[in-house]
Amino acid sequence: MMKKLLVLGILVALVIACKKGNDVLPDVFAGFESPANFPEPEYDFSRNPVTEAGFELGRRLFYEPRFSRNNTIACGSCHIQSASFTHHGHDVSHGIDDRLGTRNPMPIVNMAWQREFFWDGGVFDLDLAAINAITSPVEMDETVPNVIRKLREHPDYPALFKKAFGTEEITDARLLRALSQFMLMAVSANSKYDQVMRNENGATFTESEQKGYLFFREHCAGCHSEPLFTDRSYRNNGIGPNRVNDIGRDSVTLNPSDRYKFKVPSLRNWQYTAPYMHDGRFLSLNRVLEHYRSGMVDSETLDPVFRQSDGTIGIPMTDEDKEHLMAFLQTLNDRDFVTNPLFAEPEVGGGMIVK
Amino acid sequence: MKTKKIINTIAWKYLLLAVTIFMAAACSKKNTPGPDATKTGAFSVEFDNIMGEETLGFHPREYTNARGEKFSVKLLQYFISNIKLYRADGTEYTVPQEESYFLINGQDRATRFTRVTAPEGDYTKVSFILGVDAERSKMPVEERKGVLSFNPEDGHEGGGMYWGWNSGYIFFKLEGYCDLISDDQQGDPTGNKQFKYHIGGFGGYSAPTINNIKVITVDLTQAGPAKVREGLRSNVHLFVDIMQVFNGPHTFSIPEHPNVMFSEYSVNIANNFPAMFSHDHTENFIKSEDEL
Repeated sequence: MMKKLLVLGILVALVIACKKGNDVLPDVFAGFESPANFPEPEYDFSRNPVTEAGFELGRRLFYEPRFSRNNTIACGSCHIQSASFTHHGHDVSHGIDDRLGTRNPMPIVNMAWQREFFWDGGVFDLDLAAINAITSPVEMDETVPNVIRKLREHPDYPALFKKAFGTEEITDARLLRALSQFMLMAVSANSKYDQVMRNENGATFTESEQKGYLFFREHCAGCHSEPLFTDRSYRNNGIGPNRVNDIGRDSVTLNPSDRYKFKVPSLRNWQYTAPYMHDGRFLSLNRVLEHYRSGMVDSETLDPVFRQSDGTIGIPMTDEDKEHLMAFLQTLNDRDFVTNPLFAEPEVGGGMIVK
Repeated sequence: MKTKKIINTIAWKYLLLAVTIFMAAACSKKNTPGPDATKTGAFSVEFDNIMGEETLGFHPREYTNARGEKFSVKLLQYFISNIKLYRADGTEYTVPQEESYFLINGQDRATRFTRVTAPEGDYTKVSFILGVDAERSKMPVEERKGVLSFNPEDGHEGGGMYWGWNSGYIFFKLEGYCDLISDDQQGDPTGNKQFKYHIGGFGGYSAPTINNIKVITVDLTQAGPAKVREGLRSNVHLFVDIMQVFNGPHTFSIPEHPNVMFSEYSVNIANNFPAMFSHDHTENFIKSEDEL
């Protein structure tokens, strides 16, 4: 009898142990992986290696409305996964108290390969990027020390920081590095284009896509270079100053030759990231292509790549070229990325407002 | 008689010798032993903010600048970093960089000292940066400790001495009121008549831009060298004349430039910074800060 009870006890204990183990580790966390068709990342992972607990903390923080003064706006309020972490349908960001910014939020995608951040490149370290949004009076209107105070008083965070960093201490460096771990994991590299490049799943371009690809390589890839579809430079693409006269990169360098230059955005996931340009003025891809074909405004700092030998500016493009180009650009959308549950808001009822 | 005289002479000689020895001993006691560079002592620079020929007070206390404009001060904060000490023989001591960042807050007298440790020595010159060096400005977050951090207990929260949109510290922040400031976009559209001078710029990360880092060198020979000794503190008391922000080599009008932040014009204001600092006196062999 005693022996039977003992065996039963051991079995029960084993079942409990197994169950517990399953709860903690639903999947094997792969960590950060650089896609085969991508270059070396720019981010220094030796300083901040991505761990499962660090990433999970980062994810929780990304969707944490306590980052804003009145606890309503999280990073995820304006960087929405289904919109490839942009603010779909908004020309400029809506922040706290419905205040408006002056720029369209950039996607948080493939951050590990970026050298500088935001349209003007004013932030040079991904770890420092969140400070911009936290302290902006039209975004979160909060201070970093206040955010840290709120997290220290929260019932969950000290334990989450301990899991990620070994002790319950919540510091600026830990907070910002956890956020970076989440953002670094947001790798989008599973579009049709990527599968074609990696010879995966028998993916091939259609004839139209292939023609579009050739046109793209000849006329667009100088700035939107593969495989990131941005050369990470700052250029004036001839859209002309907007009403608030946003001077772009010049505001950071104070160099007049940088006037009206903005970061070349990646074309990846464009289907999810409308509207386009730094102020979200163009609502459709067609309108964007028309801009390059016939809508360009000349100015002193207009990028020389748009100056044609006959004195015109823009990218000469027949209707057929445009059709093929659009077919190719469709291959840059990565549906897996925008639906990947790994990046979704954790179900903790954080109370963030999605604007 | 003769013997007595000899004895007297000897006694006189001994007396002289004794007095000489006594005096020498007294003298050497007064000098204390010379500096021993293998030992360390406490050293501080005191940043005593003044306004022209007056002490510094905050709003509503009013001052008048060289342009005859009345103004008051609401906030004054600045970073001091990279302290270096120089001896008369040309040798120098650089305070380890990570121990050499301080935030002076005009409204908190406890912040007026930059307390460091230095080898024993007689120092005739001190230098420091008004602001934060470019190297540290580019470092990752975990290398920005103490006043450079964003932590609630020791960071620069009160002053918000950092530009989030354009990664970099605000070196010097002066805010206040001037009734001459207009209520439009060129002035203060809130109607509060406020001026704001947020001066920074470390030269740029990937593209060169303005560099408002100022190395301030103060000669101590006139008003007293700093004698650093073990177990004691030497305090170099500086006057920091905030009026020089307006009246320095580049005199400017507050209502004409009520807001100067990250811009070309900020270079003019930063060029006024060195004129703010003057050495008033040095307090050596201090046993406690209460003596200062």
